[in-house]
Amino acid sequence: MDIILYLIPITLFLGVLGLGAFLWALKSGQFEDLEGAARRILFDDDPPPE
Amino acid sequence: MTAQVIKRQNASIFPSKTGAALADGEPAAAACRHCGAPLRPRDAGTGFCCKGCETAFGIVRGLGLDSYYRRRALNPVERALKPETDRPHEDFSAFVISEEDGSQRLHLMVEGIHCAACVWLIESALMRQPNVIAARVNMTTRRLVLSWHGSKSDANTLAAFVESLGYRLIPFDPDLMAGATAARERELLRAMAVAGFAAGNVMLLSVAVWSGFASTMGTATRELLYWFSALIALPAIVYSGWPFYRSAVGALRLGHANMDVPISLAVILASGMSLYETATGGRYAYFDAAVTLLFLLLIGRYLDARARSRARGTAERLVALSGTAATVEDPSGARRMLPPAQLKPGMIIVAMPGERIAADGTVREGTSDIDTSLITGETVPGSVTAGSRVFAGTLNLSGFLRIEVLGAGQATLLAEITRLMETAEQGRARYLAIADRVARIYIPAVHSLAATTFLVWFVALGAPWQAALLNAVAVLIVTCPCALALAVPVVQVVASSRLFGQGILLKSATALERLASIDTVVFDKTGTITDGQPVLIRDPATPPHILATAAALAGASRHPLAQALHRVLPQSKPPAGVTEIPGSGLRAQLAEGEIRLGSRRWCGIDAGGGASSGNQPELWFSEPNRPPVRFAFSDRIRSDARDVIADLAERGYTLEMLSGDRAPAAAAIAAAAGIERFRAGCMPADKTARLCELGEAGHRVLMVGDGLNDAPALAAAHVSMSPSSAAEISQTAADIVFQGSRLTPVLEAIDVARKAQRLVKQNFAVAILYNAAAVPLAMMGLITPLLAALAMSSSSLLVTINALRLARKAP
Repeated sequence: MDIILYLIPITLFLGVLGLGAFLWALKSGQFEDLEGAARRILFDDDPPPE
Repeated sequence: MTAQVIKRQNASIFPSKTGAALADGEPAAAACRHCGAPLRPRDAGTGFCCKGCETAFGIVRGLGLDSYYRRRALNPVERALKPETDRPHEDFSAFVISEEDGSQRLHLMVEGIHCAACVWLIESALMRQPNVIAARVNMTTRRLVLSWHGSKSDANTLAAFVESLGYRLIPFDPDLMAGATAARERELLRAMAVAGFAAGNVMLLSVAVWSGFASTMGTATRELLYWFSALIALPAIVYSGWPFYRSAVGALRLGHANMDVPISLAVILASGMSLYETATGGRYAYFDAAVTLLFLLLIGRYLDARARSRARGTAERLVALSGTAATVEDPSGARRMLPPAQLKPGMIIVAMPGERIAADGTVREGTSDIDTSLITGETVPGSVTAGSRVFAGTLNLSGFLRIEVLGAGQATLLAEITRLMETAEQGRARYLAIADRVARIYIPAVHSLAATTFLVWFVALGAPWQAALLNAVAVLIVTCPCALALAVPVVQVVASSRLFGQGILLKSATALERLASIDTVVFDKTGTITDGQPVLIRDPATPPHILATAAALAGASRHPLAQALHRVLPQSKPPAGVTEIPGSGLRAQLAEGEIRLGSRRWCGIDAGGGASSGNQPELWFSEPNRPPVRFAFSDRIRSDARDVIADLAERGYTLEMLSGDRAPAAAAIAAAAGIERFRAGCMPADKTARLCELGEAGHRVLMVGDGLNDAPALAAAHVSMSPSSAAEISQTAADIVFQGSRLTPVLEAIDVARKAQRLVKQNFAVAILYNAAAVPLAMMGLITPLLAALAMSSSSLLVTINALRLARKAP
């Protein structure tokens, strides 16, 4: 059962990593326009002229 | 939503005259290549309906963005993509924010976004402009953030460029619009994320402990797992529970208890007790129950907040878009645009024909006809001349006017209406949401049960205080209103998103509950039962060639009656050399003499003379050597008004109509719509008085109205609805705003409200049943953390699934 002494901290670390990523995404405004984000991928990035 | 969904919904809900032609991505043969509007035959060769569209098409093509026309799907409900060439430009530079790095930023609301291709077009077109750093359109809120290097005045150039493509832009101050709701929503989302993370991880550890009870887990291992649980759960409980604690403390300070009080108490007691148990090597810890509880409740709270802010945001946008800027003329003669809020008494504003008047004032110069239907419900335009009083929100029809703004202190109509509205709102009893009413019984019951449990175990059975307290806490946890607190918000969310999809916006949280309890529906006439557009009453005695000439002549005017006449033969072209005399009518010189169209005086008839006058709005047409011909008009009722009213009557609602118009006009409309009870000639105060009278008689009234004169009545009613074409103040006063040209949303909203109410009651029944089963077990000390977790999640799931039934449409 000693293995859980490693596994639990690893689980927690990964979980915190995911939570941190979510909070960062929230803070940087990635959840502001879900509708637009879903449709934007349908359009190519046209290179600007010249 | 995909483009197809938009099309399908709009086709079914917002039937539009041009819908079929517009809904196709590729314009039909006879549609404008830019805006998609149907073409007049004479424009068929060019492919454009106007010069503006042709220019816009040229710009798009010149930028190499013409794939836009293949990608887009026009939405018939949105504003057409027609550039307004004659619109005076607002000064955008006042709204520009200068950044520290020298760049400029401007926030704009965009009207005319049909689909994602429009977003792409606006962004790509702006990015091709010199000095533009970033242009980002938020499709959900229809807002554009634009930043560039250069001076503030570049804002006008850039905005004019976007407007030349056919969009309309309205600048706004982001700090004012975002407000507290967005911050609260983000706070809830963050709290939910933290609680979700903690709930998942604690649950992992708990499953290990639960299975450990069945097998042979050592005490040391269990304690270790509990310590890890505490490590995850306690910070999360402090952080994620904050919205609940704050609200509970706020309520207690005011001397009453809300649902957040037992939630906070249960969470705090459960975690405190679990920490004590863990420290003293106890058998049970409730960390998992506490965090899961918070997580589930936060889901409900967040969804609720989001649905409401979305509806309110859309309602605010509708109001902001209908607001017009005023054109102010300085003594030097220079003109500039100002928002109506910045107008000062004594300023001179000008109103072009076809513009709404921005402020109450006195006419200094000019003669015109004024359409006051939004203010008084009167359908016949009145004429004004120098010295006349005009009111904000009225439509200037035919002539150019210079108006001196009256001060707010002077008795303006708007000030009077606002005062009436405030009185009406004070009179309206503060409505207590059903969840709060349940909470009033529930909270004392739960707390006394927990206290009884503690006392019985501690005093009567002589148990140690820790064991007694543990049982009392178990009672608090299992009774914690998880299902109860989810029951209402989930139903609300499902109901409001179902209504949202049909263009019905719930602005108030308790609107649905109030709507479910009504027994009387009161309608306003103009703009509510009727669509506010006059139609010609065909008189078989009128010779066709006279109708043709008159309809052609009428095409030269923006007067609503003339336009109604022109709609009879929309293809006809006015003869050359038509002149419009504001306040009187039109005239044109033909080979055989002068023809005239306008008021009875204009056509040479004395006020009382001529053919039977009736009470309808009328136009007269005169030709040389012939007696003048009269054209009468009636206000057309909305296409589905009769059906909706019949359905409402069938469901047992008492119906009534209140109108500011004259009695004969009101009687005709009431008869056409099928309403027996009506009152005509109502002033705003009369309408409010009638609603108070109904309220005192014990009726619960839904008021549906659109005019400025309806605003106090809307505020006085038990619940109120207003179409999105309504006056700004009415939309603000109404609990529910509906879009589109039909009245069916009223019926739909009532139906959804009643269904929602039924589901809420079912959910409460589920929650109470669950408590009736679980509380005795908890009081006897038989609840384990595993049982608590099972019962809690199963009841929450059950109420959520039950609420989702509302999303299904009735067959």
